[in-house]
Amino acid sequence: MTAQGKIDTAFDPMAARVDFPILSKQIYGKPLVYLDNGASAQKPRQVLDAMRDFASSEYANVHRGVHYLSAAATDRYEAARRTVQKFLNAGSEDEIVFTKGGTEAINLVAYSYLMPRIQPGDEIVLTVMEHHSNIVPWHFLRERNGAVLKWVDVRDDGSLDIEALDAAIGPKTKLVAVAHISNVLGTLTPLKEIAARAHAKGVPVLADGCQGAVHEIVDVRDLDVDFYALTGHKLYGPTGIGVLYAKKAHLKAMRPFNGGGEMIREVTRDAVTYADPPARFEAGTPPIIESVGLAAALDYMNSFDRVAVKAHEHDLLTYAREGVRQFNWLRVIGDAPGKASILSFEADGMHAHDLATILDREGVAVRAGHHCAQPLMERFGVASTTRASFALYNTRQEVDVMLAALAKARKILG
Amino acid sequence: MDDSLRELYQEVILDHSKHPRHFGKLEHPTHTGQGYNPLCGDRVTVNLLVDKDGRIADVKFEGKGCAISQASASLMTDMIAGRTVAQAEKLMGGFINLVKGETVKGLDEDDRERLDVMAGVSAFPMRVKCATLAWHTMKSALEGGDAAASP
Repeated sequence: MTAQGKIDTAFDPMAARVDFPILSKQIYGKPLVYLDNGASAQKPRQVLDAMRDFASSEYANVHRGVHYLSAAATDRYEAARRTVQKFLNAGSEDEIVFTKGGTEAINLVAYSYLMPRIQPGDEIVLTVMEHHSNIVPWHFLRERNGAVLKWVDVRDDGSLDIEALDAAIGPKTKLVAVAHISNVLGTLTPLKEIAARAHAKGVPVLADGCQGAVHEIVDVRDLDVDFYALTGHKLYGPTGIGVLYAKKAHLKAMRPFNGGGEMIREVTRDAVTYADPPARFEAGTPPIIESVGLAAALDYMNSFDRVAVKAHEHDLLTYAREGVRQFNWLRVIGDAPGKASILSFEADGMHAHDLATILDREGVAVRAGHHCAQPLMERFGVASTTRASFALYNTRQEVDVMLAALAKARKILG
Repeated sequence: MDDSLRELYQEVILDHSKHPRHFGKLEHPTHTGQGYNPLCGDRVTVNLLVDKDGRIADVKFEGKGCAISQASASLMTDMIAGRTVAQAEKLMGGFINLVKGETVKGLDEDDRERLDVMAGVSAFPMRVKCATLAWHTMKSALEGGDAAASP
């Protein structure tokens, strides 16, 4: 395999690139090399077109009017729900709640599921590699309800020790909250095994799937997790929409979080009764156009052989991982076996922001900072890292541009 | 190399960031400030010893950060040591004008020249906060926001 040569997978990133208008953009006169996909992925024209076409011809509010457009929009919105259901292989479309993002999905579980079940001293088990969106909602329960956060460490290579996690689950544990894939390390956690261990002790599992849904082929029934949160914009879809998958029994037992239109059965002056899930959790006008965009994004992903896409992303990771070995001043953080295409590193004497600024001037977009994962930064003794995260449209040639830019940064800052 | 990059990471800046002046602890500060940039997680602590005439008799900073923030902190401490609080705040005003690419007011030529090494930051709006972190921390210390000990 060479930098320019064909990769031995059935997926052709060059053909996919054509679908992404922004990828032909020049940055400071240089071709854009977009490697900040872990923060947000770019959008193919299939998504942009679907949203514009829908808004131009079928748009109205959903679940309300009896008029033609309202019926058409409702059909599209509910069709999007079924697309998500199939994408996750959920048992029922009623287990799919649209939210405004992954963060809101996790907060919904915190407020509606866990808060009423927490007594002072009850425990929530989470790992040190969680994103703040899978930490702060649990801190709220610590502050308000006296919950205790139990942290599970990762190994030096970034992998999760299932035995350590298992040992952390005790009689007072009310939830295990864990990332499917770490947004910093790329570590893929053994979700199925985690769910089996937790369920053996009667404890439900929430998976933060914001990265996992992008890089893994998710089957929530096989994984048997209780909750799976994801966000649309990392899946080549629009911002402003996310999903909470939850097992039907959990949703039925959950109180609504937001109150408003759409989520009620009946409202009187003295009382209110609530709609069944998922409507119960979708108060107010939902992200309608975004739902159409998300469905188009998932259709787009499914238009490829996803196993081949995964192999391509893995190839980019391996190629980049090998490529940075030439830099003895660079330390990769996170080398867990089977990890996803996310490469974080720190460089001797070079701060991530300085590196990222120089890479930017070469057209290379990477993330620099703590990646909303400060407990993990603390675990590895760094204030920040630089992160390259690869998507289906990235190429080996782009990795080469990044490597050259890194060498240049060393020359300037070294 | 990109001219704006060369301007940003010029020798003087890299020298300040690699060999920061006034770096370390101050035994008995009268004013302490903690600065934090939530974007990158960088922290800086600025300790000042202000005498009864309102003069900054000594100043030191500690912390980790990017080349821009470290160089800026180093340059700042170098320049405010020995000056009055009012002079330091005036210098800060001029510095912030400079890194934001605004018209610089109220600086004499010498100061302007010394601060000018940081002028390249103005071409990098995302990095202005890196450059101003230590200065804001110094100001909050002087305003007693979280002074460690009162004079």
